[in-house]
Amino acid sequence: MEIIVCVKRVPNLSETEIEVDRDGRSLIDDDLEYDVNEWDNFAIEAAVQLKEAHGARVTAVTIGEEDAEDVLRRALAMGADEGLHLMDTTFDGSDAWGIATALHRAIADRPHDLVLAGAISSDEARGHVGGMLAAMLDIPMVALATDLSVDGATATVRHEVEGGLERVTRVDLPALVTVQTGLNEPRYVSIRGIRKVSGMEIPVKTAADLGLDASTVGARAARVKLEEIFLPPKGEGAEMLDGDEESVVAALVDRLQREGGL
Amino acid sequence: MKRIIVVVERVNGELNETAFELLTAARGFEDAAASAALMGESVSDAASELTRWFENVHVYDDPSLAQPDGDYQSRVLKPLIEREKPFAVLIPHTNTGMELAPMLAVRADAPLIADAISIEAVGQEIRSVRTVYSGKVQARVSADPTENGAIVSVRPGAFAVPEAPPEAGGSVHAESIPEDVAPRRQFVETVTPDPSAVDISQAEVLVAVGRGIEDEENLELVHALAEAMGAEVACTRPVVDKKWLEKSRQVGTSGVTVKPRVYLALGISGSFQHLGGIKGDPFIAAINTDSAAPIFGVADVGIVGNILELVPLLEEKIRARG
Repeated sequence: MEIIVCVKRVPNLSETEIEVDRDGRSLIDDDLEYDVNEWDNFAIEAAVQLKEAHGARVTAVTIGEEDAEDVLRRALAMGADEGLHLMDTTFDGSDAWGIATALHRAIADRPHDLVLAGAISSDEARGHVGGMLAAMLDIPMVALATDLSVDGATATVRHEVEGGLERVTRVDLPALVTVQTGLNEPRYVSIRGIRKVSGMEIPVKTAADLGLDASTVGARAARVKLEEIFLPPKGEGAEMLDGDEESVVAALVDRLQREGGL
Repeated sequence: MKRIIVVVERVNGELNETAFELLTAARGFEDAAASAALMGESVSDAASELTRWFENVHVYDDPSLAQPDGDYQSRVLKPLIEREKPFAVLIPHTNTGMELAPMLAVRADAPLIADAISIEAVGQEIRSVRTVYSGKVQARVSADPTENGAIVSVRPGAFAVPEAPPEAGGSVHAESIPEDVAPRRQFVETVTPDPSAVDISQAEVLVAVGRGIEDEENLELVHALAEAMGAEVACTRPVVDKKWLEKSRQVGTSGVTVKPRVYLALGISGSFQHLGGIKGDPFIAAINTDSAAPIFGVADVGIVGNILELVPLLEEKIRARG
């Protein structure tokens, strides 16, 4: 079985002050820390578990600048067999369509029984690259998997549907499955684990290698243009309770009591 | 005249609210005519209800459409898009919508704006605002419709349901599934929720905990506080993903919808998926270490601080009231 996992390096913004750069389209990234997109981490683990259970070759693929190689190394340390790095300034500013186009070109000609991707990325938060890629490959897809098993040439997927429910769906391979968090428990990646795979060569492909140029990928080709990014209007927001711990907690108890919360 | 097609979703046999929210979005376009596209099995009642709201209702009524399958739906709808040539197709950004929208966009060769919270047409261009970077940043994006229009997946809850049906007196168009199109997925079952699971949907007071709890052991603090308050414990998705609390306690679009009187959010950043599960405009109090957390944008009162320090103190003060 040939498994392709699409992964992305994203900024971790959980406890970070965010500032918009002067170009109005990106974040000032001096202090940002980057990591593998959380959903993608579950996808890699799912691929490696399928490999361990049934035997498979797992290829992790990403699009990004040089630093994006980190997430491929991490995937290799988790048990992926190969990495594939799509790197070219021509890709810069691609929309979901452009990303899916590049992934499609990179995957279409190589064997792919199962393509896995995170359901969404924490940065762009579109959740559409997987579906676009599946349509371009003309293979069926199932979104938001919370369980995944493969038996012969058939995948059985438990996935989230509307109303807080889950369904079980069977699909013949090749197929694309996007992965929801909580699907498994991604294994820990140690620095030693990363070091072990540091010598592995990761092939790089440029836009030209994939037969693509600025008319098909990148900012100018984007069908959805990013005009600007901005911090959300504050609105009224919460009344912030200030002071020492004793006094803010006392004030909170008062408010909870008044609102019938005790 | 701008033709707008709204893809209507049904949940557990009922028309989903998003159908009407997206109608509001469609009416935001000047000089627009809104049609609905409805897919399912035995949906004639739903179709006639929709004629009270939409001028045209395109109905695909077939056993093969009984279960939502975005891949199949995208191939069913492609000819409709090519025939009607709408200015925009609005699809709810739901679980099935996340399958349907991108696959339909590629098949109909139409640009796709994802998870829009606003939509407007400026000349021949569609502009939307959407949230990025875990809801901490917003982005203004634009797309030029192609011959087959543009697709916009719209965030559930971003638009209000119109107050009363306008009695549009719309007509139903029975559509047929293209001959060469068949499902490629096989429905096995709907997973039945555990009947013994705790039901937080009716709780009046909820103490909800998120990532800020840091460690499973720390949940004791939250349970103790909830007990002191006479509240139920709820949580966000990451807490369930780590298997620290049961799925039945997860509030959000992929979990339980709650409508409490008071909601105490502890270490919760406030993703829209989580907030989407809180209905009925409760009093929300939030404690979080990150002063920029989106939860403070919707909470009534907030404290910037560490829940691991503040929760025990809060419990103590509540118990001390006697």
